[in-house]
Amino acid sequence: MSGLLEVSGLSTQYVGARGTRVTRAVDDVSFSLEAGKTLGIVGESGSGKTTLALTLMRLLPPAARIAAGSIRFEGEELLSKSERQMRALRGKRMAMILQDPMASLNPLFTVGDQIAETLRAHEATPRRAAWAKARDLLTSVNIAAPERRVREYPHELSGGMRQRVVGAIAISCGPKLLIADEPTTSLDVTIQAQYLKLLGEIQREHGLALIFITHNLGIVARMCDQVAVMYAGRLVEAGPVRSIFNHPAHPYTRALIESIPKFGDAAERLTAIEGQPPDPSALPPGCAFHPRCPFVVDRCRAEAPPESQVAAQHRTRCWVAAPALAGALKG
Amino acid sequence: MNASQAGTPAAPVSLPWRLASLRVEGFPWIPTAILGVIALVAIFANVIAPYNPEIGVLGDRFRPPAWQTGGSEAHLLGTDHVGRDVLSRLIFGARVSMVVGFTAVIVAGILGTTLGILSGYLGGWVDQVIMRVTDTWLALPALTFAIFLAAVVGPSEMNIVIILGAVYWTRYARVIRSEVLSLRERDFVRLAIVAGCSKKTIMRRHILPNVLNSAIVLGTLMLGVVIVTEAALSFLGVGVPPPKPAWGLMLADGKKGLMAGYWWLTVLPGICIMLMVLSANLLGDWLRVKFDPQLRQL
Amino acid sequence: MKRFIIKRLAYAVVSLLLLSLTIFLFVRLTGDPAVLLVEPGASKADLEAIHAQLGLDRPLWVQYGQFMWSLAHGNLGNSFYYRTPVLELYLSRLPYSLLLAAAAMIFSLLVGIPSGILAAVRVNQWWDSAGKIFSLLGLSLPSFWVGLVMILFFSVYLGWLPSSGSGTALHVIMPAFALGWYFAAAHMRLTRSSMLEVLGSEYVKLARLKGLPEALVIAKHAFKNALIPVLTLAGINLVIMVNVAVVVETVFAWPGVGRLLYEGIAFRDFPVVQATVLIGGAMIVVVNFFVDILYAVIDPRIRYER
Repeated sequence: MSGLLEVSGLSTQYVGARGTRVTRAVDDVSFSLEAGKTLGIVGESGSGKTTLALTLMRLLPPAARIAAGSIRFEGEELLSKSERQMRALRGKRMAMILQDPMASLNPLFTVGDQIAETLRAHEATPRRAAWAKARDLLTSVNIAAPERRVREYPHELSGGMRQRVVGAIAISCGPKLLIADEPTTSLDVTIQAQYLKLLGEIQREHGLALIFITHNLGIVARMCDQVAVMYAGRLVEAGPVRSIFNHPAHPYTRALIESIPKFGDAAERLTAIEGQPPDPSALPPGCAFHPRCPFVVDRCRAEAPPESQVAAQHRTRCWVAAPALAGALKG
Repeated sequence: MNASQAGTPAAPVSLPWRLASLRVEGFPWIPTAILGVIALVAIFANVIAPYNPEIGVLGDRFRPPAWQTGGSEAHLLGTDHVGRDVLSRLIFGARVSMVVGFTAVIVAGILGTTLGILSGYLGGWVDQVIMRVTDTWLALPALTFAIFLAAVVGPSEMNIVIILGAVYWTRYARVIRSEVLSLRERDFVRLAIVAGCSKKTIMRRHILPNVLNSAIVLGTLMLGVVIVTEAALSFLGVGVPPPKPAWGLMLADGKKGLMAGYWWLTVLPGICIMLMVLSANLLGDWLRVKFDPQLRQL
Repeated sequence: MKRFIIKRLAYAVVSLLLLSLTIFLFVRLTGDPAVLLVEPGASKADLEAIHAQLGLDRPLWVQYGQFMWSLAHGNLGNSFYYRTPVLELYLSRLPYSLLLAAAAMIFSLLVGIPSGILAAVRVNQWWDSAGKIFSLLGLSLPSFWVGLVMILFFSVYLGWLPSSGSGTALHVIMPAFALGWYFAAAHMRLTRSSMLEVLGSEYVKLARLKGLPEALVIAKHAFKNALIPVLTLAGINLVIMVNVAVVVETVFAWPGVGRLLYEGIAFRDFPVVQATVLIGGAMIVVVNFFVDILYAVIDPRIRYER
């Protein structure tokens, strides 16, 4: 094990106002990511993807706490670092892009200022040099006329450009890991494609490891090496893209793949998964997916399935997908 | 998961915060008890009060409270500039505050709720007229408006109630109207329309019961405001006419002994006002959180 | 935008008309206005002369027209007591009111903004609770009582500050505190909630993700944004302060328009009362209009809402 990022048994909980209601937003999550590779994390909204990302950055809201697990980044344990040490890592060694480019830039400061301040916070760059670097960064994210753009305010830029600026901020200090939380959901389709292309270029150029959070499996198929499918805070299936797309083991993953609209289909076929995503604060007992699962057996209602290996590096949490294991336990 | 809406942390809880959060979670016993005691004092004022609050003995002017040198057991909280017993005046003052406060809140509430329902449900020009008037009256600072009305109609307890009602109904009308606007779109109201109920019936049987909660919460919150306004009017001499014992009036009289350092004439009535207003606000806050979290804008 | 301004302008004009109508009607319908508009103790013959002079025998709408006509010419009547036009009197007192309001505003912002920020940054901790109690007290204690107790303490017992009047900087301290007290609580509440909103925003999250020190995140990214609504409210409140200072100005004998209103009541000088209320209300309607426009300029969503 010598990955860039090694996560094991990670659990994050939200604690209610009176300290009684505990919501398991992230529950016993393990995965690893090698330098320069891309991991896609897929799931419905409310499945805990964003909380997982914020846990990795250790930037959770006050109501949340990391209950268990370990995050090793470049061989160092993040959970035992002080806030000061974490701050030195954030934006420098690991960066994150948020969902909404419209909202993630401060409307009252210029674009250049918001890029330069990251450099100045981490590298004691003089003001002039930081601004020059900001212009270079804008060029590297394909923004034309950077000399002019650095002096503009966010509202003067289009949505696509703003998201590029956010990307420029993320790569400004040359991080090793970039977490992108649904970076394209609020962009329209053509701009989405351009942006994904840009992300891919940046990744290759800088040798970045990328964690790509999305609910769009199509993007995952195009961009990622590894996939992790999240449901109700747990990784229900994880493995190499090819293996998962060709042989999905978990019924939820299967349903997700079937719901991708296929090019050339006569009727636009959108098989939505039946039933509602569960309320994270009141999960059903056993496997959280069982109320919506077409293959449900009694055991699913009673016991949460453990992780089992289906193929090389391909794991899942399902009783039905692991008949061998189930059989072994019965015998 | 939207991180910013995830609620409050369970983490370090200091004592004042625990005290403050009591009023959200548990029933505010202390404020309610204080209001209850003031109400009892008001009701039994003539039994409890040791003296007639309106008649003083000039020879006993400016007696300090019993525990200060020069004070006596005869006047526990001292006497004022014409020798009236401060304790008795405070006790009867509770009656004035309670009666004026409650009736004014109710008058304003009935007026404002009725107009709010009419405005919200009927819409059209009725709505336009009522809301323009409401906005204009809301723009006037309540106290200034009340002073103006008081100057026009002259001081009396009855007039104060009418004035306060006339000044404060607008607050109800605004809130109730916006509530009615959303109620109007609800299924049970639509069903009633389809069933052929008259507008009058719908407003009385279906809308009114559903806005009553808000009106009561609002009323509790208004109680404090109304009492302070009454005190201010009386203080300025356009409220409760002397020699009636109203707390605001006592503060005005207390000014006569202020420079001589007769603190009890200023401090004690103020504490009574503060206790009552603070209690009403705490109770109202609790009710608001409990019944109507949407009333945040007040 | 243009349509929005026209609509708001129409509302403001309607409000001003309703305001004048309200005041006009209350005076005419609650008894004989001549009694109010004539000096106390006037004879019956005087009253009748006034009736004829004011046209009180004519229909109401004619009377309202005359009332508006003289208003439009800046004629608000003459003060019985000072024997000068009310408008002049008002304008001579206004600077004092503005001075007091400005001092109270500075005080309320100096107290309200830092404590609101502290409460938001330390949300649900000791400071936040202390702030909650402070704002509750601020909203519950009558300002004039705060003023009286201050006189008792600082003027009578300690002898540090003059109890009434105006002239020196020392005279301003207590009235400004008594008047600003309530507003400090209001400004604190708004600063806290606006700061909390900004602290939960995506750009503050991104600022933290950049690894900026928390002090910089708050001082640079949160503070400036959170201040906008507070300063807007402060603008409205400045005008409101001028108009609610009646009791505080009375307590401290501060010669502003509030004191003028009180004198109007005390001397039964009705034209003064009427004019003070009318001008105060008009001021607020106008300020509300400008604030509406300002908000629409800042936040484009508002323009399409109403």
